[in-house]
Amino acid sequence: MATPFVRIDGVAMRYGGVEGTLALRGTSLDVAEGEFIAVVGPSGCGKSTLMRLVTGLWPSTEGTVIVDGREVSGPLSIAGMAFQNPTLLPWRTILANVMLPLEVVQPHRGRLRGERAAYEAKARDLLKLVGLAGFEGKYPWQLSGGMQQRASLCRALVHDPRLLMLDEPFGALDVFTREDLWDVLQEVWLARKPTVILVTHDLKEAVYLADRVLIMSARPGRIIAERAVPYPRPRRLDLTYEAEFQAIVHELRDRISDARRAEASDAR
Amino acid sequence: MPADRPRSAEALAEAARRRRRLEHALPWLVIAGMFLVWEVACRAFAIQPFILPAPSLIAESMVKWWQPLLSNAWATLLTTGIGFLMAIVFGLALGVAIGSSVLVYRGLYPLLIAFNSVPKVAVVPILVIWFGAGFWPAVLTAFLISFFPIVVNVATGIATVEPELRDVLRALGARPSDIIAKVGLPRAMPYFFASLKVAITVAFVGSIISETVAANEGIGHLMLVASSRFDVPLVFAGLIVTGVMGVLMYWVAVTIEERTTGWATRGQNDPRLATGG
Repeated sequence: MATPFVRIDGVAMRYGGVEGTLALRGTSLDVAEGEFIAVVGPSGCGKSTLMRLVTGLWPSTEGTVIVDGREVSGPLSIAGMAFQNPTLLPWRTILANVMLPLEVVQPHRGRLRGERAAYEAKARDLLKLVGLAGFEGKYPWQLSGGMQQRASLCRALVHDPRLLMLDEPFGALDVFTREDLWDVLQEVWLARKPTVILVTHDLKEAVYLADRVLIMSARPGRIIAERAVPYPRPRRLDLTYEAEFQAIVHELRDRISDARRAEASDAR
Repeated sequence: MPADRPRSAEALAEAARRRRRLEHALPWLVIAGMFLVWEVACRAFAIQPFILPAPSLIAESMVKWWQPLLSNAWATLLTTGIGFLMAIVFGLALGVAIGSSVLVYRGLYPLLIAFNSVPKVAVVPILVIWFGAGFWPAVLTAFLISFFPIVVNVATGIATVEPELRDVLRALGARPSDIIAKVGLPRAMPYFFASLKVAITVAFVGSIISETVAANEGIGHLMLVASSRFDVPLVFAGLIVTGVMGVLMYWVAVTIEERTTGWATRGQNDPRLATGG
């Protein structure tokens, strides 16, 4: 691999002082520019912590995080984030919600006033891409959960982030909506090719969307295995019913079970 | 049956209209009913006017003394209004400070609680010593009594911003002031207006307390003078004028609230707005 876009090297993260909980230990991973990786693992293994370290929200206790050739020491404005909870602002219309990052991130923040029409057109294009054309003037509470999550995805993308961090973005949705949104995400990624780090507990989702699936151990989390996914894109949902696809999912499932068993025997 | 549907839909709409009309008329009916019962009770039991004057007697007194009532009501409205505006400015500023900084919260909150527990009537004599009887003690008592609910509510609104939302903005490089301006303040607005409704009514309590202790004008002063002359109908007239002013100011607060934070009470007034699902 050439110089990776994201490099996490021997990172440890401990909360609440020296005696606090160790969330991550000796975590290392590389992500190439434009790559789509998924991180899976048992619950509470520090997946979300990893996300906050990469975006510079929290400093790591140990080790280094390098993004785009520079060590991360504070919030990165080249990152977009979306969470399980859409967290849209109820007093703003969908369009205004999507445009929120533009009011904060430089250099857009300075340009927004002069070039509002151009930025607005861009936000509308994005909403159209995720199937929300015609809903720009609606308020979040007038939309279903799946539609809100689409809008949340647009908000994460509107400032053209080179790094997209997704923390279980489809975790709270029903199966059908979730599968719809997988395809939406795939389409967005194919159109813009940001580097994506997707944290999820849904193995099918990880295999369907990612180039590479990384498996984390139970707390304190570290990467214990990885599995490349060979399928070309665009992938179709039929794929998820094929034997080979399911074999990959199964393999991942077994490795996570092993990780949990190892942890249980450690504890004894 | 499909053939019946248009008619029943129309009937439903008619029923809804009737219900809305009733909702609008109801407060007036309740007030009129209360005065009617009061009047009938006074006459039926022959209650002495200096114990409880009948509404007709109070109305008579209002007509007779309309000039002093109006000028004193104006004085009270002025002191209450100024005290209330000060409470809004100070309450918002302090609420933002307390809501956005744990340090300020920890440092100031106990003092605020202690301060709010002091009965304001006990503070009036001190204010009179400082500023002399009259205008300023009334303004300041209204202010002191009404800023606390504003502070608490604004602070709550700002302190309870969802952590994920904070992360989204912080990851974009937002400054703390950005987060307060874009999320904290708009989010605190429903809390703020809820507090205004409480604050405006207690502001009247503050200014009238001060007027009854030391003042030479205002509704409180007028009621004090009237009671010393055993003009009980005029005392009641003062009470009613105060109530009317309170309702008016409350209504102003509600109107501003509805225009600015309709999103917070979504769908409660109009079920058609609540789509999705």
